[in-house]
Formats: sequence, C-alpha cells, structure tokens
Amino acid sequence: MRPDSEAELAEMVRTAQEPLWIMGGGTRRLGQMAQGHILETGGMSGIVLHEPGALTLVARAGTPLALIEAELAQAGQRLAFEPSKMARLQGRSGETTIGGIVAANASGPGRIQGGACRDSLIGVRFVDGQGYVIKSGGRVMKNVTGYDLVKLMAGSHGTLGVLTEVSFKLLPKSEASATLRLDGLADAEAIAALSRALGSPFEVNGAAHLPGVGTFLRLEGFAKSVAYRSAQLRMLLGGDVMTDGAEALWADIRDVAPFWEQAGDVWRISTKPSEAATLGARLGAEAVFYDWGGGLIWARMAPGTDVRARMGSVVGYATLIRASAGFEGTFGHFAPEPAPVAALSAGLRAKFDPKSVLNPGLMG
Amino acid sequence: MEMPLPEPEILARRSFILDRLAAVLPKDGLIADAAQTRAYECDALTSYRCAPMAVVLPRSTAEVAAVLRICHEEGVPVVPRGSGTSLAGGALPTADSVVVGVSRMTAVLETDYPNRFIRVQTGRTNLSVTAEIENQGFFYAPDPSSQLACAIAGNIAMNSGGAHCLKYGVTTNNLLGVTLVQMDGTVMEIGGPYMDAAGLDLLGVLCGSEGQLGVVTEATLRILPKPEGARPMLIGFDSNEVAGACVSDIIRAGIVPVAIEFMDRPCIVACEDFAHAGYPDCEALLIIEVEGSPDEIDAQLEMIAQIAKTHHPVELRESRSAEESRKIWLGRKSAFGAMGNINDYICLDGTIPVSSLPEVLRRIGELSATYGLDVANVFHAGDGNMHPLILFNANLPGDLDKAEALGADIMRLCVEVGGCLTGEHGVGVEKRDLMGVQFNPQDLEAQMQVKDVFDPKWLLNPAKVFPLQASASRRAAIA
Repeated sequence: MRPDSEAELAEMVRTAQEPLWIMGGGTRRLGQMAQGHILETGGMSGIVLHEPGALTLVARAGTPLALIEAELAQAGQRLAFEPSKMARLQGRSGETTIGGIVAANASGPGRIQGGACRDSLIGVRFVDGQGYVIKSGGRVMKNVTGYDLVKLMAGSHGTLGVLTEVSFKLLPKSEASATLRLDGLADAEAIAALSRALGSPFEVNGAAHLPGVGTFLRLEGFAKSVAYRSAQLRMLLGGDVMTDGAEALWADIRDVAPFWEQAGDVWRISTKPSEAATLGARLGAEAVFYDWGGGLIWARMAPGTDVRARMGSVVGYATLIRASAGFEGTFGHFAPEPAPVAALSAGLRAKFDPKSVLNPGLMG
Repeated sequence: MEMPLPEPEILARRSFILDRLAAVLPKDGLIADAAQTRAYECDALTSYRCAPMAVVLPRSTAEVAAVLRICHEEGVPVVPRGSGTSLAGGALPTADSVVVGVSRMTAVLETDYPNRFIRVQTGRTNLSVTAEIENQGFFYAPDPSSQLACAIAGNIAMNSGGAHCLKYGVTTNNLLGVTLVQMDGTVMEIGGPYMDAAGLDLLGVLCGSEGQLGVVTEATLRILPKPEGARPMLIGFDSNEVAGACVSDIIRAGIVPVAIEFMDRPCIVACEDFAHAGYPDCEALLIIEVEGSPDEIDAQLEMIAQIAKTHHPVELRESRSAEESRKIWLGRKSAFGAMGNINDYICLDGTIPVSSLPEVLRRIGELSATYGLDVANVFHAGDGNMHPLILFNANLPGDLDKAEALGADIMRLCVEVGGCLTGEHGVGVEKRDLMGVQFNPQDLEAQMQVKDVFDPKWLLNPAKVFPLQASASRRAAIA
C-alpha cells in the first residue's frame, strides 16, 4: 500500500482490517511483520515550506532526508539533531525519509548540544488508527497551545499514528568546525575528559570515544570563535586538532559505521555518562563505542545476549536496534517499562489505535 | 468566564473530606479556613477568582499521593499549584476543589556536575535552582520573567520559556525526568538522569499539560555550563518593518544570539518614563544579546552591527560595561511594571512566524484603533513570541470585556498568519474558549484522549485548556 495523499492514507487506515506495517524508506524499521500489509509513506513527499529567515521547514513525511539536506545546505542551514542514516547498519537498501527519522526520534552526535529530533520538531500532522487526520503544534518555534502531541509522536515508531507532515526549527550551518582528538585514554579516563569538556563554557557539540581509536570533541561556530575555543579546550585536556577526516568521523559515529558488516546484535544504551565505562566493560560486548559524552553506548553483542540483564541496576535503558538472523524474537526491541508507565503507554495506544492496526506489538 | 458549577454533593461532604485529608497531613498541611483559602483564589490572572474548598501543602511525594488518592476516591477535583504566577489562570480553583500546593517541597535532592543534572522537589523556584549551582559555573536555562517567584512545578505544567530560549530551548528541552503522582495516587518515575527517556515520550506530553495529567513532585533537570560572558546591544529603528527585516537578516546570517527582544513605540515610551533607561526616541527597538569570551562577543556584535547598519538604524548602542548592559536591559525588564504603573493591562502571548511581524504589528495597530484601547508590544523576536499588552481601566464598567475581546481578536490574528494562541504562558482558562480557532474538533479529541488515559475521571485541574463545550460529555459521563 502506498498512498499518494493524506486523504488516501486516512481512508486506507480507516478501512484496515489487518495490521499495517508503517514504512518510510524501510532503512531503520524495527520488528518483524507476522501478518498484514506494508504501508509505505514515500508517495507523500515534498517540501511544503522552507522559510530561511524564520528558520523553519515543513515537509511531507515521505520526503527523502537527502532532498531536505540539499535544500537546507543551499540556504546555509541544517537540522540541529544531525539525523542518522541506518540503512548500512541494518544491511538494507532504501532511502532514509524524514518521517522515519521522526518516528524513531533518531538523533546523531549533535544531540548533546542541539537537542534530539523531538526538540527540533515543532509540528506534526498524522492519521490515527481510526483514520482521523490530526494536527498538533505548527510552524512556529514557541508553542504551548494544548497538549504537546508533537513530542508524543516523535519516537512512537508508528504505533500511535502515521505521520503525514512534519515541521522543524532549523539552525544556521556553522562557518567552521574543529575536532580535537585525544589519544591513548582508557574508557573511564576518556569519558571523564568528555565530561570536563561538556562542563566547560566552550560549547562542545560532539563528544565521542571510540576505544582503541581515540577520543573526540567537536566545536562549531564562527571561525575565530572555533579557533579560540579549541585552543582553550587543548589547554584543559591536551590533544590535537584533526587536520582531515573529521567530517567523515562524525558521520561514521552518527550512522554507527564501526558496526557495519560486522556480525552480532546491535544495542543502543542510554545511561549516565559516569556509569558508562563500567557498564561498557560489564556488557562483555564484541565491541562498544560511546557518543553523547558517554551518555550513549553503542554495543555489538554475540547473538542472543541479554544486554538488559547485564545492565542490572544501572540507570538508563537499552534498545535492540539490530537482531541477528535467527534471534529476531528473542528480545523485545524496546525495554520493558515499570507497570504504571506501561499502563499509560498501553492506554495511549488503545486510544490512538483502538483497532490495533498500526505496527501492533512493536512497542509493547 | 464560565466555570463548571460546584458539585453540591461534594460541598455537602466537605467536613468528612477535610477530616480524611487532615488524617494524612501534618497539622499545618491543611488549610480550610475561608479567610486563608482566599489567598489561593486566583493566580496572576487576577480578573478571575474563586476560593477552593481547601488547600493542602504537602511536604513529600507520599503526602501528595495520599491526598490525591483520597480526592480520587471522593470524586473531588484537584487544582495543582506551583507559586501561582500563571498569567493564564492555570491555577484558578473551583469552589468544590482542593488546591494541592507544592510550595513546601523545595529541597535539592541531588546535584551532579559530571553528568550535568540537578534533581529537585518541584516547589523550588526557578531562580533558586540556578542559585544552587552557579558557584560551580552552571545554570538552569529556562528563565521566565517570573523566575524569582515561579516554581519548577508550574514551569513543567506550562512548559515555560523565557527570553533566552532562542538558544537554550524551553522547559521541555531541559527536563530529563520526573516523579509523577497520578490522580489515583499511583507514583511513578518517568525518565531520569540520561537523555531521551525510554518508550513513548510521556515526559514530552506531560510537560505543558497544565497540571491536567498528574502532579509532578520531583524533577531531574539538565544543567549547563555558564557562558564566559554576555553582552547586549541596543538598536533603534524608525519603523517596525525595518526592525523586523533586521531580525530576519541576523538570523539568516547564521548568528544565533541568546536573545532578541523587540519593543514598539508605546512600550518604549512607557518603559522610558518608568525606568529612565535612556532609550532613544524611535518607533522600534531591538535588544540583542550574545554570549562567549570577550573576543567572541566583540566579533558577534560587530557582525550584528554591520547587518543593522544596512537598515539605517536611528541608534546603535553597544554595551561597553556591566553598567551599560544593565541599563540596556533595565527598560525591557521593567516593561510589565511600567505598564502596570500607568494602567491596568492584559498581557497576551501569541507566537507568529517571524516573517509576519510587520503585518501583525500593523494589524494590531488597526485593531487597537477600532477598540479605542492602546496596545504596547514586547516581543521575543527571534522566535516570534509576542506579548502585546492591552491597556484598559478596570474601574470603567465594560472596559475589561472590551480588552478581552480585543485580546481574542489579536490571538485569532496570530493563528490566521500561521502562528498559535500561546507561546509560553499556556492556555489555562484565559485562552480555553479560543482553542477552536487553532484546532478542529478532531485535534482536540486527540488531546482529550490523552487526558482520558492519565486522568479517567477528569478531576485534575478542571475547566482549563479545553472549551467547556468540548469536554462536556466527558465531564457529564463521570459526574
């Protein structure tokens, strides 16, 4: 099924009798389809509005990310949350869509300073599980009119509605960027260094540690400012400014390139940076690396390893992003929630999708 | 302002309900005396007043839970209250309600600099959160004008912003986790000291739900390192249009100042008379603040000055000292006081696309002339959040009604140009009946479904956010 318009989509959902598996480009989809139909959003594509002077963009949900990035680049602007592309990690072809990014609330290294996808998202239109078209938010940056369904839709993985239109606030593209590289640090030392940098006034907007490779801090802004701040950070932490390869490095971290074409389950763990190194060691992973100053751990595990059990009582949660062949149903992709929270989530799903046709069972 | 009639059946059981509440609270935790409950009859929207049946001032999450459980069992409406600074009537009681005030819950529970968060009880005031951490070089970013008085609980309920949110975002962008007490007394943790809480973004929908989904008793807040310094620049123009174009050019040039404040002539004149800040005599005035090291500040202000000069400003004043910075901000920060000095006023809070600024200011001027009431405009120009102040005389019969009608027309105008009814104050009772201008019935239904899940009996903060007509069937089904 591939509707060409919101109205057509609404009719499809309204009359649906079997589960619909909502798919943008199919590059980051989680979960297995047991029965039902794939519903592609690619027919609803195109930029509806781009107002550079107001830093806003509105696009249909099926719009390829590449098209949006080209449009923004040409105006010297960008999405602050650095949307990731997951096709290579997942071993899939297909084009990353903006709707898929929002549905997954997918954010890259820039999240540490610029906020997550949901923080840049200022408006949505969607079709709920009964086929009603609903809007929330709008195209202005500050909006507290009514409940914030915009946030609720971000990261709901298509379980509350099918996104048809998304609006963002934008950031100007930086004039300059510099990446400071520290070598030879053990994981705990590296994360302590990242924390010191992030606790400094120098506006670090990328903070990652790749064990055995290096520890990286990114600064962006006007050229003079970047030069000043990188000098200050070097006085604080040592290290050297990378002369080339920095852009590719951050893209690799964003898209989890270290685990491309590497066998194993891939988990994404959000935690407190000060616990990250201990946790990283305790996981017994094939490989790990750290983003968001240590607050985000990417772990590649032997197939079927129960990462949540190994986390124990550590603060945070783990999401299974890629399950190895043969282990698809072993663990839920999303961490089990405490009973009262799970009850609220289930209650919301039952209200927004009473027929249980939108990616049923994916989030619980 | 229509409010639901108090349930006679609840009022009849008043003493029984009060006894139950007294049993779970310390001696001074329950206020039922009419002379004392009157202190809670309104918030900062003082045009509407109604004393509650009782006020409780718990000291812990457990006490809040016990109170809510009793109210749930007894079918008593609950009005959560932070510091009562809402300009939208977000904490306006009904006569049959119990106000749950968090003002005694002010503790700092945990500060963690390496992980950059603070956990507080939500009765703590906004400014005292920053006060707790600033000697370590950190601050809490959202800075509503009422930050000296307003509580974190209210900031979360209304998703409060402030002058500096162009760079740092509003409450929802700085909130990591909460302890939530549901109406039935269930206590839960959502999120925590890590980024992007798991599962559906319940935190996101709680923030800004105006106390209608639960009572937040503890909050984990993101804290940020203080910038090395900050300095403002003042630029005067001979028309609103030119000032608006200048804002747009600055943003397009890739500069993200920490604040861009806009004042129009009526506001400039009033502030100058009141605060003697030395503002120039002009049609429109921008205050632009940038942050960084001294050199970074110089460089950014220089770029802004270059852009401004292409728009032929009548005045361009760069601060050279802390004293000059203070004077530049003085008038702006005393804007509401200045207005209050000369008149009664209603403070509006719409947001518009920045590009519509000149058109909206022109049409507000026309509406102002039609109604015969003056309007002064203060404006977070970078993000399009306007605060038109409608001046009226409360002692003149009919003047408040006229001012409210003008306010409603201005808010409709905001929606018409692609904006919204409220940028940071919230809907409360004030904008409740205008929700239909921005949302169709299906949009509102979706929002009300969220409330059905969190508060199935519709007891929390009655008569806010949704037009009474829209929620009538739900409230009737439960009564």
